[in-house]
Amino acid sequence: MCGIVGIYLKNKKYNSQLGKFLTGMMNSMATRGPDSAGFAIYSSEKKKKYKYSVCSNTDQVKEISKKLSRHVKDIKVKSISDHLIIETAMKPKKFIEILKNHEELSLVGYGSCIEIFKQVGNPKDVVKNFSLEKFSGSHAIGHTRMATESAITTDGSHPYSTGEDECLVHNGSLSNHNNLRRSLQKKGIEIKSMNDTEVAAGYISNGLSDKKSLKETLLDGLKDLDGFYTFISGTKNGMAIVRDEIACKPAVVAETKDYVAIASEFQAMAHLPNVNSAKIFEPEPGKVYSWGK
Amino acid sequence: MNLNLKKESLRKVNETLQSIDRKSNKKIFKISNPDGNHAICAGLKDEIEVTIDGHTGYYCAGMNMNANIIVNGNVGTGVAENMMSGTVHVKGNASQSAGATAHGGTLIIDGDTSSRCGISMKGIDIIVKGSVGHMSAFMAQSGNLVICGDAGDALGDSIYEANIFIKGKVKSLGADCEEKKMNKKDQNILRSLLKKASINESEIKNFKMYGSARKLYNFNIDNVSEY
Repeated sequence: MCGIVGIYLKNKKYNSQLGKFLTGMMNSMATRGPDSAGFAIYSSEKKKKYKYSVCSNTDQVKEISKKLSRHVKDIKVKSISDHLIIETAMKPKKFIEILKNHEELSLVGYGSCIEIFKQVGNPKDVVKNFSLEKFSGSHAIGHTRMATESAITTDGSHPYSTGEDECLVHNGSLSNHNNLRRSLQKKGIEIKSMNDTEVAAGYISNGLSDKKSLKETLLDGLKDLDGFYTFISGTKNGMAIVRDEIACKPAVVAETKDYVAIASEFQAMAHLPNVNSAKIFEPEPGKVYSWGK
Repeated sequence: MNLNLKKESLRKVNETLQSIDRKSNKKIFKISNPDGNHAICAGLKDEIEVTIDGHTGYYCAGMNMNANIIVNGNVGTGVAENMMSGTVHVKGNASQSAGATAHGGTLIIDGDTSSRCGISMKGIDIIVKGSVGHMSAFMAQSGNLVICGDAGDALGDSIYEANIFIKGKVKSLGADCEEKKMNKKDQNILRSLLKKASINESEIKNFKMYGSARKLYNFNIDNVSEY
């Protein structure tokens, strides 16, 4: 089943409430995916700084900061539940290599404005653990997982991020992910888990690195990704949704002058301001919808 | 009688509507704050009128018998699924599988529906004032589907003895579905359905009728590619 949600704020006055909105959306989608949950928050870009979202299986934050600062100058570490947000000017290629020497840390995502958190457990507990309500930002994407084809682990949880400031959540399953994983890995895209969605995320990263737009990449995906899916994909600039041609995985969009919200079911949006006067529609099969700067 | 889903549980509201005292005069109900909840007004069996103010979730008015249900908003998947009798009137849009497997009654949708409208319908009359998505009337067995707008891909795939009346364009027909000539009897059926939905009768001339070519009823090796 799985629940997917996304919200893009057109009006900055709501930025401080982004986390609150997403909390309500994820809580009401908990019944669609009680196994694990995760979310990506996009906030304002920090010039020449990168944020690395890292899942750590140790609670010794101070020691980790000390260890890392031996290799990296001007490092700032923020700890939230079992995640660390590491802020530094060091470029991804170099920093990711350093992270690989720390087995107790696994990279969840990185970029100049994205922060990603994911955890096993009921979504209602997960959003509490990460204090999602307190987050602010311009847009956010979330997922509640009912595991089908790979184990219930943090690695198997969404959102997946395989490129700078990118993320993907998925409701459905893909049938040709093994072949596709091999061909993407040959092209140098790093895919860590056996999960089908991570392959789709890698496919999008590959398209974007070929200088294609997100919309073009998702349209190409309709030919190359076999299976059933509703995807919500996020980038620094905004978000997009696409459903496969059969469209058996649900999605509803509510758009007002202040925001665009997407969810698997309308009930996830019922708490949003003025939703009853929003333009509400279901994305058509095989069509890409995107919103952003 | 007003039922507020912000104050009362869905189960309590449905129980109230399912256990009507037939001697009482209380026949008109209003539900506020549906907030996309599932199965609102499922399994009603008395001649009552219920107005839902707002958007509902899945299976709204499922299995309805006798009741007249009005939704001032959109409905989720499977509105009036398996309805036996009565009327369901949706003022907004409907999601997938509207009127699925329903045996009787009337479903009126003022807006559009997404895919699989009237899937496996078994006697219901569905009138959609807007357009329907792909695979509508899939394996429809009996009843009438009236579409005032357009239809998506594979309309009437593997249809049995249901009638499809459509005013707009058909993107593509499904296997074993073909255009039929409308006779007097068919016109009368369409007229009465348009009347039910307060649509001008003079529109009849703009409609086309589709039904089963009856080639797939029995297996025939010549049709193997159609299955």
